[in-house]
Amino acid sequence: MVEMPVVDQEKCNGCGLCINVCHCNALVLVNNVITVIETEECEWCTQCEAVCPTGAISCPFEIVIEEH
Amino acid sequence: MAVQVEFLESIPYFSGLSLDALDSVRELIFERTSERDELIVLEGESAEALYFVISGAVKMFKTSVEGKEQILSIVRPGESFNDISVFDGGPNPASVQAMGPAVLYGIRRNDLEVILRDHPQVALNVIQVLSQKMRHLMSLVEDLSFRHVTGRIAKILLGHAGNGTGPQPRLTQQEMAAMAGTVREVVGRSLKALEEEGAIRLDRHRIVITDKKALKNMVEAYS
Repeated sequence: MVEMPVVDQEKCNGCGLCINVCHCNALVLVNNVITVIETEECEWCTQCEAVCPTGAISCPFEIVIEEH
Repeated sequence: MAVQVEFLESIPYFSGLSLDALDSVRELIFERTSERDELIVLEGESAEALYFVISGAVKMFKTSVEGKEQILSIVRPGESFNDISVFDGGPNPASVQAMGPAVLYGIRRNDLEVILRDHPQVALNVIQVLSQKMRHLMSLVEDLSFRHVTGRIAKILLGHAGNGTGPQPRLTQQEMAAMAGTVREVVGRSLKALEEEGAIRLDRHRIVITDKKALKNMVEAYS
């Protein structure tokens, strides 16, 4: 399973800006709400999160400490 | 595609104009499309036109001599860019790049003067739009000049780091911004700065702390 951006469907207003900026076609509009398609090509650029006017998309980072 | 009056109605610059007025404005507007990543405006060049985003999104940014990018704002449908240089006649203060395919409406400088003379309501709207932009930029100036955001981001990362087992704590850049009392644009830059220092590594959806001691030093240096 590939980690992907998370969409809060309650907040999504279906404007499609995230689809416009996505480099890997991982986002589609289904019934006027954004749905995420799993793809290894997603590089976590977080542009979908940045453009979303309603804060419906989040690209959370896992924070880990590298053990030497 | 012909310039649509319906789109003009949704642009704050033209708020409160009658349909007849919008129709006369429409005649002075040209449409331009941009491909993903296309540079629409180059910092330092003279301004040809004021633009409105109709579809898609663009980012306004400045680049340092070392090539570091600082995003000033993301411009979404209905919003304008290049206002400053069109109004004061100076060079473009920042570059603008399409984040995806974008459709823009443009007004040349001379035509904008005609619109402002014919429709004083537009001048009032412009004052409001520019004031909002100034408010956003002032908050950015404060963050970039007076606040040691990088140190605070370092502290947040240390405070939220998991040990690699079990469910890991997760934070978005927006959440880090809220916690550090800054804006998302500054968090992106701080993370890059920490990565360049070798304290962290951005590994897709993971922020890997590669040098815990360096990160701690940054917290202390900036606190």
